[in-house]
Amino acid sequence: MNLAYRDIKHNLGRFLLTCFGLSLLLGVVLSMIGIYRGLVDDALTLVRAPNADIWVVETGTLGPFAEASRIPGNTREDIARIAGVTAAGAMNFQSVQTQRHGQELRLYVVGYELGHPGGPINIVEGRNIGRDRYEAVADLGLGVKTGETLQLGRTAFKIVGLTEGMVASGGDPLLYMTLRDSQQLQFELSPSAVRKERARGARPGSADTVNAVVAQVSANIAPETVVQDIKRWKHLAAMSQVEQETLLTQSVVDRARKQIGLFTAILLVVSAVIIALIVYTMTMDKIREIATLKLIGAPDRTIIGMVIQQSVAMGVIGFGFGALLIVNIKDYFPRRVVLQPEDGLALAGVILIVCLLSSALGVRLALKIDPASAMGG
Amino acid sequence: MTTTPQSPLIELKHISKHYGEGETRVDALRDVSLEVYPGQVIGLLGPSGSGKTTLLNIIGCIVEASSGWAKLDGDVIYDNAWMKSDLRRLRLDKVGFIFQFHNLLPFLNSMENVSVVLDLAGVPADRAKQRAQELLEYLEVGHRRDAYPAHLSGGEAQRVAIARALANNPRIILADEPTAALDSERALIVMKLLRKLAVEQDAAVLAVTHDEKIYDQFDRIFHVRDGQLVTED
Repeated sequence: MNLAYRDIKHNLGRFLLTCFGLSLLLGVVLSMIGIYRGLVDDALTLVRAPNADIWVVETGTLGPFAEASRIPGNTREDIARIAGVTAAGAMNFQSVQTQRHGQELRLYVVGYELGHPGGPINIVEGRNIGRDRYEAVADLGLGVKTGETLQLGRTAFKIVGLTEGMVASGGDPLLYMTLRDSQQLQFELSPSAVRKERARGARPGSADTVNAVVAQVSANIAPETVVQDIKRWKHLAAMSQVEQETLLTQSVVDRARKQIGLFTAILLVVSAVIIALIVYTMTMDKIREIATLKLIGAPDRTIIGMVIQQSVAMGVIGFGFGALLIVNIKDYFPRRVVLQPEDGLALAGVILIVCLLSSALGVRLALKIDPASAMGG
Repeated sequence: MTTTPQSPLIELKHISKHYGEGETRVDALRDVSLEVYPGQVIGLLGPSGSGKTTLLNIIGCIVEASSGWAKLDGDVIYDNAWMKSDLRRLRLDKVGFIFQFHNLLPFLNSMENVSVVLDLAGVPADRAKQRAQELLEYLEVGHRRDAYPAHLSGGEAQRVAIARALANNPRIILADEPTAALDSERALIVMKLLRKLAVEQDAAVLAVTHDEKIYDQFDRIFHVRDGQLVTED
């Protein structure tokens, strides 16, 4: 006869309500892990999209995401000529804020060369950019539709395709356009500014600048070899895809990772304290029953089993509810929440350990209950 | 009244129990000797704090005596500084407890409250259920087998508690104020039931009570005064 189960069944409403409260807390823990995973995933989405082996940026910088980087527009031709490089593409990146239907819209513009690496992937609706000017592919996260026109700077762009899940490390949805359009958006001065420059005797700077060049390398050649070749140019720096990803995860999202990690740890400690208090209170409520059980001959293991089983049941049900809740509402979070099965299993393991440790207080109380206290009024 | 067989089920010799030492020492029991034989129903009377419950606790293997010698159904459980180990098992096998407020487990129904004792003793579930049903029928509460304690009347709950106390066929039944929560009529029914059980199952019943209405149901009555036992046949 499973006494823990009988007790839970008898007080099912109260127990489930307790589990629900706990599930909210454990759901927050799970969502924190999911937010961190989403943060890393978001940061890497943009870096992984061009399917590059090498990133070429301005010398002395860790661009184009960790630091600003500007290199001449013709760098792509130089890189493409290096032995082992099979394809190369110049790219521009820029955060933009605009308005759509009176609402502020933040997006991250990616400029790329048609027919070269760096274009949009995961197109779920419409088509890729087919013309050299004034077309764009936006992410679904922007909320725009194909065929719609979006005003950026002085130019209106027609949305011809939609991608899914393409965001920058800050969570802003991506908008792809041609390199030329992005150069104009990023570097070209407005006519009034040009007039002002001319009036003061300065010549407007060239807009033929890019933030980075991505290169794909032949499978027979190690990317590091090409990186060393590129580094011989004084005005360029290069890093492999692995280095770029490491840079992003370790520098760009490192603080967020630590912050979320610490917060998750605090939430786990809070969960442990709450579980311990709930188990202790549940045991306190059963002092007379436990004393009676001891008096009629129940061994300590039966009593301990009852306390631990209830604690574990609470943790498992609380975690289950919490996971179910987060799985169903994760898409409503402002930032991507990525729930990975291994994270869920690891957290479930941690919760199990927390439940076992937390039940120690209740077990200690249960073992101290004097069977003689069952006697008398 | 029953005849007195040769070997007592409960045998206490010079049992003393004190709490604390020095100025704070309280003597709960002083040099108590007692023999209870199968089939006997014994009453323990006395004012609050006189030591009745302490005596019941020592016989029930819940509290260790400070000195003396005690034997239950042939097993020496205490001999001065020595105390038998695994008294839990002995309690499970040989002693049945009946409480003032029945102490049924609120999360188990009547059937489960009785069979839990058998379950703890390792009896297979089907046999435990069968035995529990028999006992509930015997005590005329078989129709309440699925009811939880909160839905039982005082008399029904006490009968289920008695069924639980009898589940393992104990030779010794210890009752702490078994009729305190019952009216006169039900108190008499419960005491007659205990007497019947003592006779039919060859068990010894030791009941602590303040209830004067049931005095005539005891074979022998002992008064406990200041930790000492005074016979009143």
